[in-house]
Amino acid sequence: MSVEKILMPQLGESVTEGTINQWLVSVGTKVNKYDPLAEIITDKVTAEVPSSFTGIIKEIIAQEGETITVGEIICTIETEENSTEVEQMEVTDLQENSDTSEKEIRTPQKQRYSPAVLRLSQEHDIDLSKITGTGRGGRITRKDVLNYIANNKSTDIEQETTTHQENSIQQLSQVNEKDSLAKQKTKSLPLHNPTSGDIEIPVSGIRRAIATNMKKSKQEIPHAWMMVEVDVTNLVQYRDSIKNEFLQKEGFKLTYFPFFVKAVAQALKEFPQLNSMWAGEKIIQKKDINLSIAVADEDALYTPVLKHADEKTIKGIAREISELTQKVRTGKLSPDDLQGGTFTVNNTGSFGSVQSMGVINYPQAAILQVESIVKRPVVMENGMIAVRDKVNLCLSLDHRVLDGLICGKFLKRVKEILENMSQENTNIY
Amino acid sequence: MPVISYIDAVTQAIREEMERDENVFILGEDVGKKGGVFKATQGLFEQFGEERVIDTPLTESAIAGVAIGAAMYGLRPIGEMQFADFIMPAVNQIVSEAARIRYRSNNDWHCPIVIRAPYGGGVHGGLYHSQSVEAIFANQPGLKIVMPSTPYDVKGLLKAAIRDDDPVLFFEHKRAYRLIKGEVPDHDYVVPIGKADVKREGEDITVITYGLCVHFALQAAEKLAQEGISSHILDLRTVYPLDKESIMEAAMKTGKVLLITEDNKEGSVISEVAAIISENCLFDLDAPIMRLAGPDVPAMPFAPTMEKYFMINPDKIEKAMRELAEF
Repeated sequence: MSVEKILMPQLGESVTEGTINQWLVSVGTKVNKYDPLAEIITDKVTAEVPSSFTGIIKEIIAQEGETITVGEIICTIETEENSTEVEQMEVTDLQENSDTSEKEIRTPQKQRYSPAVLRLSQEHDIDLSKITGTGRGGRITRKDVLNYIANNKSTDIEQETTTHQENSIQQLSQVNEKDSLAKQKTKSLPLHNPTSGDIEIPVSGIRRAIATNMKKSKQEIPHAWMMVEVDVTNLVQYRDSIKNEFLQKEGFKLTYFPFFVKAVAQALKEFPQLNSMWAGEKIIQKKDINLSIAVADEDALYTPVLKHADEKTIKGIAREISELTQKVRTGKLSPDDLQGGTFTVNNTGSFGSVQSMGVINYPQAAILQVESIVKRPVVMENGMIAVRDKVNLCLSLDHRVLDGLICGKFLKRVKEILENMSQENTNIY
Repeated sequence: MPVISYIDAVTQAIREEMERDENVFILGEDVGKKGGVFKATQGLFEQFGEERVIDTPLTESAIAGVAIGAAMYGLRPIGEMQFADFIMPAVNQIVSEAARIRYRSNNDWHCPIVIRAPYGGGVHGGLYHSQSVEAIFANQPGLKIVMPSTPYDVKGLLKAAIRDDDPVLFFEHKRAYRLIKGEVPDHDYVVPIGKADVKREGEDITVITYGLCVHFALQAAEKLAQEGISSHILDLRTVYPLDKESIMEAAMKTGKVLLITEDNKEGSVISEVAAIISENCLFDLDAPIMRLAGPDVPAMPFAPTMEKYFMINPDKIEKAMRELAEF
């Protein structure tokens, strides 16, 4: 036994509703399949509704005169067939089917960005890895990005104001520094968009190392700077008089630079304060005088180390510089060649510079730039004007370790040594 | 404002235009004495007489041909095809003559005709009483194709079509005739041809469709709103030429677009809508453009199960909309 529903039939192509004109049966009437149940009026026709089942009328739902939408129940019939079970089985079948179709494998879509998402992330400088996707497979939707933008605008402004305040009272904690650095980085990015014709050069390992060291030095070391002028007329004459003989005898050129290195090494022995480094809680004065020599090739800068420079003759220094320079040019520097420097001498004069502010070779305390030797008219002690060979020595110093007074003394000493270098009192061997 | 059915809006528009302009007349099979098989012209024969409400033989090419000739003589004929399915014998007249004459004569002649035809399935009509035929005409410059969804749009657009100086195909969804009711002003008004209409404002997904599917989509949107999915629904109203600006605007609003037609999928009107969006809105798209349409089989089947399979309904739309929202 089961109860079946009789629905308002569609009695024409455009008909969507019908009015019950008259019921031809009443509750309890026994009907056979196809027996007329009711008369129905539509816009187009008047028709009889036949019974789809054999059974007994159980309930009449639509009353005479009532207008019913096509597909609505008008009455129910109690039948002897057990068709409901069949229907139920069908329904379960269908559900199973739809279950399997929904079980389809869903691949993660976190890294798949739609054009809209990419465009928004670029326009607003958004790191998409910070956004949680709510789309299928974790995909980041356009709406996720819009929400992220809306939520972060307010917090961004807050953060900026705090950073500014802290800056002004000089209390920039390291974390905040990091934050603001990261911010600067992201903010400057749009300025760095290359335009057509620009060449983009990937940063090589050595370039990155230089960049890191320079940045560290400049950010950490409070640089101070001073310069002295040295009269090297005698030195120039001396060197010029022996350079040809030296080349013939030794097989490499004798430049001015070894004389300067020798002078610096000697002065450092007398002023060990400059041969030191800042170590947070203390200052370490180094025993050995190991001079870093700045040597450039086409696109990088190296600072190989001349060890125990104070123990070497000018010739010995000259040979070692020549060897280290050769190693730089042929790319044969070993890590050992680069380690242990305590002070740097930079031969900036070799590229014609007369004045420069060196960046200290971290973690050393100072760097000396030896500039170009140039001929200058000079007022001599006796009031005469003479043409003399002059050179500038520029010193950058770590003001945490050193002060002007001691550096002035050091430079004065270097100057003295250099000005006294001549055939009479200097031996290159 | 009185609430009337979709088909009553058709009748009202024709009556008001015939009262307003004596050059307007109607011709078609059974449009006179019977008042049309769907009763779209009911009462017009009595009001305007047999010279302005003309019963024709079963020759669709003649209905179109006579209308074109009369139009070129200064009248404003409305030709009724009893079913859009029967328009095929008149295609040569409509495409080769009506659509071309202004261009061919360098503006010397023009052809202000309206061809009305009931289209669409879901009425248990079988192959020859259920088809959608708009795609056949939707790449014929010179024609306009109007397919309204609401009684308000029906009246306003039919009046605009009758007053238009060039041929307009006016397709009425036969299932909507008595299913769809809505408020329609008593007075005279015109809805411009070529303008799509936002039928619902939303944020998450955009649905672009026309005809009866607009109502199905609105029903689905109502359901989905309870789940927090907000749908933006654009009714094309005129399917040829398309309102590109409105389509682009609607697509860019959410970046997720579902296009729906009851017609066969391949080469349908929504295929052109998809092309417009992909040409213009790439960087605003958040999901592949999705199409929901009839299967690519020759025509609507007669068997109720198969008809149900073919037809678009609110459930199918709801499923597609949810899928798009979840993407």
